[in-house]
Parts: sequence; C-alpha cells; structure tokens
Amino acid sequence: MSFDVDVELRRGDFALAVAFQASTGLTALFGPSGAGKTSVLNMIAGVLKPARGRIAVDGQVLFDSVAGVNLKPEHRKVGYIFQDARLFPHLSVRDNLLYGYKLTGAAGRYAAPDHIIEVLGIGALLERQPGSLSGGEQQRVAVGRAILTSPRLLLMDEPLASLDDARKQEILPYIEQLRDDVKIPILYVTHTRAEVDRLAAAVIGIENGRVTS
Amino acid sequence: MFELSPAEWEAVGLSLKVGLWSTLLSLPPGFFLAYVLARFQFPLKSLLSGVVYMPLVLPPVVTGLMLLMLFGTRGPAGRFLYDVFGITVAFRWTGAALAAAIMGLPLMVRAMRLSIEAVDTRLEIASRTLGAGWWRAFFTITLPLSMPGIIAGAILSFAKSFGEFGATITFVSNIPGETQTLPIAIYSFLQSPDGEGPAVRLAILSVIVSVAAIIGSEWMERRAISRIRTST
Repeated sequence: MSFDVDVELRRGDFALAVAFQASTGLTALFGPSGAGKTSVLNMIAGVLKPARGRIAVDGQVLFDSVAGVNLKPEHRKVGYIFQDARLFPHLSVRDNLLYGYKLTGAAGRYAAPDHIIEVLGIGALLERQPGSLSGGEQQRVAVGRAILTSPRLLLMDEPLASLDDARKQEILPYIEQLRDDVKIPILYVTHTRAEVDRLAAAVIGIENGRVTS
Repeated sequence: MFELSPAEWEAVGLSLKVGLWSTLLSLPPGFFLAYVLARFQFPLKSLLSGVVYMPLVLPPVVTGLMLLMLFGTRGPAGRFLYDVFGITVAFRWTGAALAAAIMGLPLMVRAMRLSIEAVDTRLEIASRTLGAGWWRAFFTITLPLSMPGIIAGAILSFAKSFGEFGATITFVSNIPGETQTLPIAIYSFLQSPDGEGPAVRLAILSVIVSVAAIIGSEWMERRAISRIRTST
C-alpha cells in the first residue's frame, strides 16, 4: 500500500507546496511549528481544500484539482488522530470507540474491537466518560477510535505533544505495536527528533511550506 | 385561600395552551435562526439578529400593532393564512400563541445560540473523519451537545409566552375563554370591584411559574457548561 501527495495552498503570506510519496509503515512529517504540517494532514483528510494538486491512496484519487475530484472526509477512509484527542464528551469510551466502527461496512473492516482494545490496554475504561480520563488514556482511546474505522491510511498529528514525558513513555509502546500490527501507511506529524528516531521508517522534512529532505 | 374560580382556571388553562403551542411553533425556526447566527458569517447578519431580538427592546404594544397590521383579517399575512389554510389568527387564541411566539423568540434564540457556539466544531470534524456525513454529525454530535441550551431556550420561551401581555392584548384583544390569558385576566380583575383577590392569586401563580422556569433554564445552562469543560 502507498499514497501520493502533491498539494499547494495559499493563505495570506503563507504559501505551501508539498509533494511526497509514502508506503506501509510509519513516515514522519518532521519540521518546526508553523511549517504547514497540520495543513498537509487536513488536506489529506479532506477537511481543508488544496488550491491545486492531487492526493491518491492505493491508486484511488481522493483529490484532484484538474479532474475536479474532491471526496468528502467521510468517504476517504482516512483515519485521523488529532493532537487533542477530541473524544465526544457525551458518549462513553465504548461508544466513542464504536462510533466510526459502526459506520464502516462489514466487508471493509480489518480491525476488530476486542483486539484493538487489548492492544491499547483500554479494556478497563470502556464504561467511563471521556472527561474522567487522563490525557494519555484519552489519546489511546482516540487512537483506537480511528483504527476501528479500518482506514487505509492513518494520520497522526503530534499525538504526544500535549502529554508530559511520563505519559509519552506510556503511549509510545502502543504506537509502536500498532505500527507493526496494522499494515497501512501512517503519516506522523511531529517536531520532536526523538519521536522520529524511535518510530519512523522514513522521514519527510518540512520547513516554510516546502519539503526539505 | 388558594381556591381558583372557573373563570380563573380558564385563564390559567388558556395561558398553558398558548404557552405550549407558541413554544412548539417557535422551536424549529428558533433553532434554525440560532444555528445560522452561531455558525455563519454573512452580510446583513447584524440586521437578522436585530430583527430577531427586536421584540426584546420594542414596546410590546408596537409589536402587537405590527402583528395586527400583518396578520389582521385585512393584513397580507392574515389574508394569506385564511385563503390558503382557512386559518384566522386575529382575535383568536391562535393569534395569542403567535404573538407569544414572536415575543419569546429572542429569549429562545439567545439561549440556543450560546449553546451551539459552545459546541467545539473540531468535534464535528472528528466525526466526519470517522465516516459520518454532515447530517449524521449534526444529529449525533452537535444536537446532543447543545441540547441543554435548546431545552433552556424552550423553557424561557414557554415562561415568556405564559405571561405575555402587551403584544397579545394589542393583537387579539381581551376575550374571556378565547384570548384572555393569565396576565390579561389579572388586568381585567383589577379593573373590576372586588377583583383584587383573584388578581393576587393569579399573580402568585405566575410568579411561581416564572421562577421555576428561570431555575430550570439556569440548571440546564450550568449542565451544558460543565459537560463541555470536562471534555478537554
């Protein structure tokens, strides 16, 4: 499995033009704050429209400005883990986990709830409300919620940035295990060198809206 | 001491009927207006919110007069309702419900708008990336999270409708059993000799309803806020 991205975006003074390819395994999108990393993820997820470009996963076009293709976020089968976990506060952990799972057709599912809950170690939290969880627990639930939609591509936007060091160490093994467990490309945004070294098989550097390496 | 006469019961019953109908009537447009004002930026937005909130600051008698000119038997809207649906609102309890709905709308829209603004749109984006279409995200995320504000707005609108006086008496007059709601009955009792007793009894009743509504809606608002705070 692989995906291609070639997008351009303008926002006032800021111009972004990024093109890269990535395949199964974890690819780090590495660069300083404000480099445009999150914008790239938003464009792949379909919540931000590029001014020009093309995005394709496994040969299926998600966006193509020339051909006039722009799939809605719900049709892209792209999992998105945000910096803030964004769990739904009115739903239990269980209902959060199954929110997207239930919307995924049985034929397209490869992730099973029992297995993912075990891998992430969140079995004891299922009946709790998100507001009562620690930051690390919330982020693990958010990871599970995205994986359970059986995406063909996973986007992670600085999933550890809002956590302290102890919590980071708590979550890193789960991300590693997940990376080896699901056979899909993962695009992992970070500005921390240590996370790149530990997790990534490939690195794409971004600075001022341009690919540097 | 707190025995109500049939005439007083009639006024209370009519106020309840008017309050319920006007609240039900204003819920769909009220929510729509609140959503548009909370989520969209567009030209003339301040004009729209000005029109919605106008009954709050306008003398009620002016609102009643405008309703009379629009929805009276010779008014354009009144004629339309009669020709198309066979409905007459002038000097009927339905007109009282309409006047009450207009007067309660600003309170309803304000409460709903605040609670819709408090719903984090990033949660809706998260729901879209999980496979939900716009409508599903609306019904499973936006609507339940703003529900306390919707209920609070409905309670406030009901309380306002239950006790609306100025616009109602101007628009549909003072007809016992048809348009003589609780506050209008209080006013009428005060015009007659020995009417003070019934007037005070009805006044106490309306104080109870109003205070209960305020407490209820504040409780709902607090619940909304605490729910959203614990979600970070």
